[in-house]
Amino acid sequence: MFSRAYKTAVTVPPLVWVTVFLLLPYLLMFCYSFWSVSSLQTIVHSWNIDNYRELLQKPVYWQTLLRSMWIAARVMVFSLLLGYPLAYFLSFYAGHRKDLLYQLVIIPLWVSYLVRAYAWKTILGSDGVLNTLLQYVHLTSHPLDFLLYSPFAVVLTLTHIYTPFTFLPIYAALEHIPRNLVEASHDLGATPAQTFWKIIFPLSTPGVLAGATFAFVLSLGDFLAPLLLGGPSGIMISNIVVSLFGAAYNWPLGAAISLCMLVLVVSLLFISERLEKRWSFS
Amino acid sequence: MESISSQIAPPVAGTTPQPAKGTTLLRIQNVAKTFGHNVVLRNISLEIAEGEFLTILGESGSGKTTLLRIIAGFETATSGELWMGTDRLDGQPPYRRPVNTVFQSYALFPHLTVEDNVGYGLRVAKRPAAEVAHRVTEALEKVKMTAHAKKKPSKISGGQQQRVALARALVNRPRMLLLDEPLSALDANLRRQMQLELKSLQREVGIAFVFVTHDQEEAMVMSDRIALLRSGELEQVATPREIYSRPATAYVAQFIGHTNLLKGEVNDGIVRSASLSWPVVLPDGPAVFSLRPEHVRLAGAAASSNTARVRGRVVHQAFHGATELIRVDCGGGLILAARIASGTMPQGELQLEFTASDAIPVRESPERV
Repeated sequence: MFSRAYKTAVTVPPLVWVTVFLLLPYLLMFCYSFWSVSSLQTIVHSWNIDNYRELLQKPVYWQTLLRSMWIAARVMVFSLLLGYPLAYFLSFYAGHRKDLLYQLVIIPLWVSYLVRAYAWKTILGSDGVLNTLLQYVHLTSHPLDFLLYSPFAVVLTLTHIYTPFTFLPIYAALEHIPRNLVEASHDLGATPAQTFWKIIFPLSTPGVLAGATFAFVLSLGDFLAPLLLGGPSGIMISNIVVSLFGAAYNWPLGAAISLCMLVLVVSLLFISERLEKRWSFS
Repeated sequence: MESISSQIAPPVAGTTPQPAKGTTLLRIQNVAKTFGHNVVLRNISLEIAEGEFLTILGESGSGKTTLLRIIAGFETATSGELWMGTDRLDGQPPYRRPVNTVFQSYALFPHLTVEDNVGYGLRVAKRPAAEVAHRVTEALEKVKMTAHAKKKPSKISGGQQQRVALARALVNRPRMLLLDEPLSALDANLRRQMQLELKSLQREVGIAFVFVTHDQEEAMVMSDRIALLRSGELEQVATPREIYSRPATAYVAQFIGHTNLLKGEVNDGIVRSASLSWPVVLPDGPAVFSLRPEHVRLAGAAASSNTARVRGRVVHQAFHGATELIRVDCGGGLILAARIASGTMPQGELQLEFTASDAIPVRESPERV
């Protein structure tokens, strides 16, 4: 149908792009992770697994990774708790306002991530909106300092930022449920609650899985929110990678951590996709 | 001829068509439905008997599915009432009504197996597990789907899904089963087979079936009574035989089978329509008659006072196997359709006749939007 020249013209550029900007950098990173840094601060191209050994031996690395996963898990749960009811309401009860409300959920995605993170800084800070309000109504006498520069601030900000990402796949899954299945369930004597738990929720699980994966994976790799709002106790694994590639100048160790993260995230995506397939019935 | 006046079906306003036999199960009283400015149903009153097979027949847009959805509880009537015995049904949510529905597209739950689909209603009603298992097995046997019990709905054919949908509804032993064009997705052969199966299943379980279709043949084959809907109003409610042989309105006569509609003028016991005339017992004035093509025959030797005769030329001829449908131009704008035995049509001009009592006076159907 299409000429050979046309096929070549459309397939080669993307392939070149992926090779140059994705595969080669990954390959380079893979190599770096098996190299080391000399005492003279130069990279020694001799192959060894010292970086991986260090990752296993120094608790700070895997402890930070565990904390990052714990933060990501909380973000995931909270975005599901916010995103699911929102998607359910929009899909089933919004009526003719559906499109408008949908746009309202999407619009925050157009605002820069940085702006939204900074907004939380002004809300949560000790001179921030929230503390001023709490003192004004005399709920507290002095500013609450756990609000900002804490894992709490990171979880809150990331939940705010990634809830739309959880909402979207859930909404899509709910919209795909034929409404006559809901009617059939009611017709067979199931109450609205029974219908939700036995029909609607099971049929929306692919969307829930996709949304949960988005929230977890995106949060796990985040470094801006912990940098701006995390403080020392809110450091995440990506902050370590950033500093290793920057001030600490240990690219090989940074590459080793990145590679571990990559393996972790790709496995998660793989598992999630398998589960989604298993739970989809279209 | 002497019975012609009694042939006019009673078009008396305010009377509710009542079932011919049995006690009334569901009473539909003055039900109307509007969507915005769009009037879908007006003033529907109808009674459905225990164990009856009632078909709601109508073209698309006639409101037949809306009426079914009002009975099921998926739509709320704008006005009117539904009574089942002393229970008022309207206002109750669908999950409290003792009726079950077989949906047009079956609406089987895709994540549940065939047996879990069938057991759904019993399980949400919290019946004991042993009873659920027993009744599900029984229901699957009844529709011959036992072999497919463990399969997901996507793994079985359309006809099989149809049976599962039936079993899923019947296993709850509803007072009434609602069927929304359940056969329209099946091919012609399977469709005819399912018509017979459905009918015999209905006799076996003895539950009232309310069956919605746009297919008049299907309605004739299956129903105890047909309720013909047109633009949201009931045109006639009667048995298939009666609705065919005594159509109340010109619309009914045309919708159910072929017919010749003859407009005429009654004058002193004689009706004249184009070049035709025959005796009637009707008051003077304009009148419309329905004359089935099978009642028009080639004229025999002797004419009688009870028959009308006319000469004409064949303008169209369609072969139907045992019979042929011919259209004969009788002059004066009159074209008569006649069904005659195949191979009996003479060459050239011919003479047709019919018995006066076969021309059924019908009401004119006013155009509705």
